[in-house]
Amino acid sequence: MANVEKDPVSGTQTTGHEWDGIKELDTPLPKWWLMTFYVCIIWSIGYWVVYPSWPTLNDYAKGVFETTNRLEHAKEMEAVKQSRMVWTTKFEGKEISDVAADSELLNYAMAGGRVIFADNCQPCHGASGSGAKNFPVLADDDWIWGGTLDAIQQTILYGIRSGHDEERVSDMPAYVTDETITPEEADKIADYVMSFTGQGTATEEGETLFADYCAMCHAEDGSGLKDMGGPRLNDGIWLYGGGKEAVLSQINKPKHGVMPAWVGRLSETEIKQVAIYVHSLGGGQ
Amino acid sequence: MNQATTATGASEVVYNEDVVRKFVLAATFWGVIGFIAGTFIAFQLAFPALNLGLEWTTFGRLRPVHTSAVIFAFGGSVLFATSFYVVQRTCRAPLFGGPLLANFIFWGYQLFIVLAASGYVLGITQGKEYAEPEWYSDLVITVVWVAYLIAFAGTLMTRRISHIYVANWFYLAFIITIAMLHIGNNITLPVILFGGESFAKSYIWASGVQDAMTQWWYGHNAVGFFLTAGFLGLMYYFVPKQAERPVYSYRLSIIHFWALVFLYIWAGPHHLHYTSLPDWTQTLGMTFSIMLWMPSWGGMINGLMTLSGAWEKLRTDPILRFLIASVAFYGMSTFEGPAMSIKAVNGLSHYTDWTVGHVHSGALGWVAFVSFGALYYLVPKLWNRTRLYSLRLVTYHFWIATIGIVLYITAMWISGIMQGLMWRAYDDLGFLQYSFIESVEAMHPYYVIRACGGVLFVLGALIMLWNFIKTIQGDLRTEDEFVAPQSAAAE
Repeated sequence: MANVEKDPVSGTQTTGHEWDGIKELDTPLPKWWLMTFYVCIIWSIGYWVVYPSWPTLNDYAKGVFETTNRLEHAKEMEAVKQSRMVWTTKFEGKEISDVAADSELLNYAMAGGRVIFADNCQPCHGASGSGAKNFPVLADDDWIWGGTLDAIQQTILYGIRSGHDEERVSDMPAYVTDETITPEEADKIADYVMSFTGQGTATEEGETLFADYCAMCHAEDGSGLKDMGGPRLNDGIWLYGGGKEAVLSQINKPKHGVMPAWVGRLSETEIKQVAIYVHSLGGGQ
Repeated sequence: MNQATTATGASEVVYNEDVVRKFVLAATFWGVIGFIAGTFIAFQLAFPALNLGLEWTTFGRLRPVHTSAVIFAFGGSVLFATSFYVVQRTCRAPLFGGPLLANFIFWGYQLFIVLAASGYVLGITQGKEYAEPEWYSDLVITVVWVAYLIAFAGTLMTRRISHIYVANWFYLAFIITIAMLHIGNNITLPVILFGGESFAKSYIWASGVQDAMTQWWYGHNAVGFFLTAGFLGLMYYFVPKQAERPVYSYRLSIIHFWALVFLYIWAGPHHLHYTSLPDWTQTLGMTFSIMLWMPSWGGMINGLMTLSGAWEKLRTDPILRFLIASVAFYGMSTFEGPAMSIKAVNGLSHYTDWTVGHVHSGALGWVAFVSFGALYYLVPKLWNRTRLYSLRLVTYHFWIATIGIVLYITAMWISGIMQGLMWRAYDDLGFLQYSFIESVEAMHPYYVIRACGGVLFVLGALIMLWNFIKTIQGDLRTEDEFVAPQSAAAE
């Protein structure tokens, strides 16, 4: 090429091309660059030989290691399971109260329960069971379905209104909508309920209405009936919000929270662990 | 003043610089907007109250505003501006299609940006990363892109120089491949054609893992061809120009160009390691990413080594400093990328902030810095000024933005690796040591540091904006020339 010239700085020839004043040197490819490129290619070919790689018409090359992500994952999970077996076998066939009575197992259950709780229960029930509106606090002794180890285990296993055959169900009726009571009567009941905690006026009419329609689940004095899943109304702890408005709203349009059944999602051993952990949060009975 | 002329031997060529000027202004404007949006959502992650409790200002809606503003609005405008500037000069030919086509491209592209971004805020999205615009915005950009290809390729075909300069190979590869990716990833059925009520909503033809694979074939090559090939084209013109040195190696530019465009297109599956994507696809995505390492570095070598014999210019030329620092960040990111594509590494890094840090070392360090260098080069030339208003301000911009990037990427490395390790940590009894929320709490300080890095980056961009305003107004700040230390000592 006619315009080839020598670059005075590098001593390398140019290619003779020029664009808007830009020239190019005819420097050969850097050796280290080319070698590293070749090494990457050779390494990749080696990887194709041993791992699943190129597709064929109906299949793909399986690779001489004959492994897949799924196999590796299954192996890893099996190894974890095996390493836990030392402990989990000790849980088998033991009642939850026996586990809690064994200090070594209790210690293990608490460590596991903390992690299981944080990843599965905390989104609704809050860190350390601190609860949230519509989601019960688990760190106090106001239990809707009972706070014994067995009761907690039962709740976790089958859930509340979960659709499981063994689910816990309570159903607050919509008395106003189905015209069992009038809105005025509902108002009187709400006043009476508020009077349990000294915030409303108890009328005789309210008392009678409460006894007729509410006491079978919530008890005459509003202390609740755990067998029926009837929440306690006389301790100032509210699931769906405190104050007369919220109480009236629950009478008029009852909300029914759902807790999923964990049997099948967590192992029975894990459920025992997390039940023991929940029991320890402050309100276990 | 709208058109520059240059003597080309026998005939004179009239370059269209008007469209370049428009895109330079658009790039500066969208850059500032995009960086501010990014910094705001960074603060949202550290302080969720900044979501403001409004659906329009939640992180989920503002995040695509940020990514589209910086990639497509800022980066895209830089690519339009520089490709139109470079292709005319290196072909010694006026822009094909004349001012009408150029203006159509400019206003069409701005319309696309506004349509897309306003949709995100209103909740209109395809839910595909970097391909969020719905079908009507997709159609607008398709038309604009075909016009772009006609203008660019038409200029190449009417060139008055026998060879095509390497910068134009990269620009052409970028334009053609982005067209293919955009169409492939946006084949979608608007529900309104099938009796649906929503005008905006559509469904992609593929579903499940096929859709995921198509999406990351697109997503990775948006990085490969928009943010890499396009900006390498820019680099190949502005680095030798600013350094006033010949390109280091013609052969390297050929080999790394073909290797890069051939290998990049395979690398997408590394975004889907350990998912329902078949193993063989994951293997190919990973190995092609590894093979891509050297072809990527070819661009870095050609950029850096073009400075051989001119290294001392880095002391006195802050614009060159931006360009060369960008090439160094490019080299770092294109090493980190293949490393992260290795499945064992990816098992730790995937779904963590490490990925976010990696993207930003490329986006801030490479794409934004090389763009700043080109914009600083272009503004005085396009507005016929003897020089920028202030080179001192360029130096401030450089150091403030560099500190911002360092804060950003180191915070994300620490946070990301910590997250990855916390998620897989087992305690002595074989239980997972941390719950997810504990890893979120641990990230908080790094989110604050990252957001502060963003503030510095925005500050740098505002300094650039001020410098451009003063330059365009015709002001020259009186300041001493930068002098190299040895000549200073000699005085």
